[in-house]
Amino acid sequence: MKKILTTPVSAEDLKDIKVGDVVYLNGHIVTCRDVAHRRLIELGRELPVDLKGGAIFHAGPIVRKIEGEEDKFEMVSVGPTTSMRMEKFEKEFIEQTGVKVIVGKGGMGPNTEAGCRENKAIHCVFPAGCAVAAATCVEEIEGAYWRDLGMPETLWVCRVKEFGPLIVSIDAEGNNIFEQNKVEFNKRKEEALEALYPKVKFIK
Amino acid sequence: MERQEALELLTGKVANFVGLVGKVLPGDVTAKLKELSENETVPMAKMIYEFMEKNQREAAELNRPSCQDTGLIQMFVRVGTKFPYIDDLKPVLKEAVFIATKEAPLRHNAVETFDEVNTGTNTGTDAPWLYWDIIPNSDKLELDVYMAGGGCSLPGQGKTLMPGEGYEGVVKFVLDVMTSYGLNACPPLLVGVGIGTSIDSAAFMAKKALMRPVGSHNANPKAAALEDEMTAAIDSIGLGPQGLKGSKSVMGVNIENSARHPSVISCAVNVGCWSHRRGTITFNSDLSYQSSTHEGVAL
Ligand code: SF4
Repeated sequence: MKKILTTPVSAEDLKDIKVGDVVYLNGHIVTCRDVAHRRLIELGRELPVDLKGGAIFHAGPIVRKIEGEEDKFEMVSVGPTTSMRMEKFEKEFIEQTGVKVIVGKGGMGPNTEAGCRENKAIHCVFPAGCAVAAATCVEEIEGAYWRDLGMPETLWVCRVKEFGPLIVSIDAEGNNIFEQNKVEFNKRKEEALEALYPKVKFIK
Repeated sequence: MERQEALELLTGKVANFVGLVGKVLPGDVTAKLKELSENETVPMAKMIYEFMEKNQREAAELNRPSCQDTGLIQMFVRVGTKFPYIDDLKPVLKEAVFIATKEAPLRHNAVETFDEVNTGTNTGTDAPWLYWDIIPNSDKLELDVYMAGGGCSLPGQGKTLMPGEGYEGVVKFVLDVMTSYGLNACPPLLVGVGIGTSIDSAAFMAKKALMRPVGSHNANPKAAALEDEMTAAIDSIGLGPQGLKGSKSVMGVNIENSARHPSVISCAVNVGCWSHRRGTITFNSDLSYQSSTHEGVAL
């Protein structure tokens, strides 16, 4: 059974979701990356979209104008960008906007963990490189804000159906799957190296 | 065929091939991903592999770039001294990238350094980035087209070691990159390693290694054995697709090597992500062509 979250998402909805779970999203997700974060947190500008209970996507898409329609766009290709770049802003971003679901690529750090724990939000990974499969989950682009930022940085408001798979990497308790994995990866790497060293004594 | 006409034909064919490389993975990469998917035992990893496969299917059906980051285009050019269009090749290749950017379409990824402006065409100062090899007594042109995305360009690094650190230092260097930057570069990676004299030669060979098919081996038996040993070692870390754990980590390790000065041993790493968009095409002097990576292609 697919676990589907629908925006607006409540703290209650996230209660039983743990790192490593796979969820899908119905409702709305807004692309939101470097400059949008900077404008809200550093420059104190109000976001033009209400994100309370909402979802954001760290992504810069390729969109195409729909011919014959007034100011309407179609999602061609959209994939996650490295979430870590937003780490510096994310805790305050969650506090100020009330966003509940953050989607991106790779792990995030202690700042986001704290933001998720204190405000009951989650960070998820969308498999990167799967930009067409992501675009076909977008039913319609309903709005576009801060278009002065150019195509990749514009806040594209997307209505999505079963958007995913979203792999939960930080849950609402602040557990972080990438941090947990790293400990294990490093341990196994040390073992692998010890086994490899005797085999590479080419300089004698 | 008039010369001008022939040049336009060649430009158009290369442009179409560049676009295709962004949409369809080479046969060897597709086969390896399928094998990894079929043998995967971790359910989450298997689910990700299947999703990747779905993405590639949809990209081909909808004729769209399979990953939104279509990279800064690099090409390895092997041109015969008797290839009739050798004198015009550089502008032809640049124009082909310009056309592909509009027609594929490709994302705009060429930013002029210092001026820090995006040219919006994927062309610019030495963009596309070209490597040249002149083939004596040949009338053919062989091209490797490669889309180097941001995520998989980031781990690229090199180090010149003292011989005392030995090949032990080399393997440690490579494995450290895997568990740090490698995680975010969209594994399973194809790992290119260059081992030689100075840092520039090592870096070049590390990229050249990525142009070799997945599963191919270095001609030197010791280097070939090390390719397998390193593949097994990195696989034992279990990075899995997207670095979210799995039973394997990489598509393979390709090593290229050269002689070195006795006082140094330089090594470098360049990685290709799972979406390793590499294409090889050979043109004959009459501009008929065939591709070893995209068999049966009609441009
Ligand atoms: S690393 Fe490769 S698959 Fe991942 S986002 Fe970049 S280009 Fe796409």
